[in-house]
Amino acid sequence: MTLNMLKAGRTATVKGIYSKDTERRRMVDLGILPGTLIENVMASPLGDPVAYRIRSAVIALRREQAELIEVEEEG
Amino acid sequence: MSHAETAIQCGSCASGCNTAHLAKLGIKTGNWDYVVALAGNPNTGKSTIFNALTGLNQHVGNWAGKTVTRAEGAFTLGGKKFKLVDLPGTYSLLSTSVDEEIARDFVLFGKPDVTVVVADATRLERNLNLVLQILEITDRAVVALNLIDEAGRNNIKVDERSLARDLGVPVVSMAARSGKGVDELLGAIEQVSSGEFQARPHRIKYTDDILENAIDTLATQLHGQFEDLPNARWVALRLLEGDESIINAVQTATLGTVRAANVFPPLVQLEAR
Ligand SMILES: Nc1nc2c(ncn2[C@@H]2O[C@H](COP(=O)(O)OP(=O)(O)OP(=O)(O)O)[C@@H](O)[C@H]2O)c(=O)[nH]1
Ligand SMILES: [Mg+2]
Repeated sequence: MTLNMLKAGRTATVKGIYSKDTERRRMVDLGILPGTLIENVMASPLGDPVAYRIRSAVIALRREQAELIEVEEEG
Repeated sequence: MSHAETAIQCGSCASGCNTAHLAKLGIKTGNWDYVVALAGNPNTGKSTIFNALTGLNQHVGNWAGKTVTRAEGAFTLGGKKFKLVDLPGTYSLLSTSVDEEIARDFVLFGKPDVTVVVADATRLERNLNLVLQILEITDRAVVALNLIDEAGRNNIKVDERSLARDLGVPVVSMAARSGKGVDELLGAIEQVSSGEFQARPHRIKYTDDILENAIDTLATQLHGQFEDLPNARWVALRLLEGDESIINAVQTATLGTVRAANVFPPLVQLEAR
């Protein structure tokens, strides 16, 4: 599944990043790497962007960014 | 004993050793001896430190991204005048948003004499990304390990000596909001700016000959085009990586044009307390 499918309050592990070039670099700089834990903290009123907890900082990602991050939900 | 440890020990002399000689000059930033940049991730306390050192009232808040342009102030220490530049928070020097580009350009091309990287002690892993990127481009850096009070509340202990040794630059633990560590930070800034402290920062080594040759060739060409460009190696790496904003800056010959440190027009209006 991809990160945009993760429900509020749930946590997942990053498996891979599909974005390219600067977008990919951006994701890595935000601390998103294979193995990183990401929690969906809450959605904005319109549902996009969504706030995620990544390496103990809360960071908002837009849907089209989250769609390019492959994750596996934690049991 | 490493140089880093020396700096820390000096910093820990009887409290009040530096603040006693500190004169907060507010916005009188003309004719400085040294330029000090405050960089770091968003919301790590850069503006709080800026206010503590200059006596100014740069806006401080508890959400990310408040400082959106550079703010400048000044202080004197040990008879020298320091200009202090408060930069917007950034996670990286590589993939920057517009706000972050202000910080990136200043750290890269503004030729600060000292770059203080403010790191959040409660989120060290995340913050070290930018620390390492900045150490790639300058050896005149100090790491201010801020929010150490919060870290203590969360039972996080940071071994600042090991960190200073591994990074090769002074590391100062601080709780800027209550003024803790300000003296030690001033001590480290003074030592690095005067050259008394010689940093040996941690650098990533590229072992690939082809890559090294490409970097050298490009860096030489860049030096030909952009006279006294600092960090030509860094720029060469970005070109090899295909960084569009850097490619564009090279093509339009605008690379590094912020270096005069006072070219940026309107600064945030600050009010002295
Ligand atoms: N507990 C604690 N809080 C601090 C400390 N230093 C700063 N703060 C608080 O942290 C928040 C952010 O501080 P700022 O100084 O605005 O941070 P900044 O790095 O300038 O933020 P940006 O400009 O958005 O990147 C404020 O609420 C400060 O009061 C500290 O040492 N301890
Ligand atoms: Mg600020």
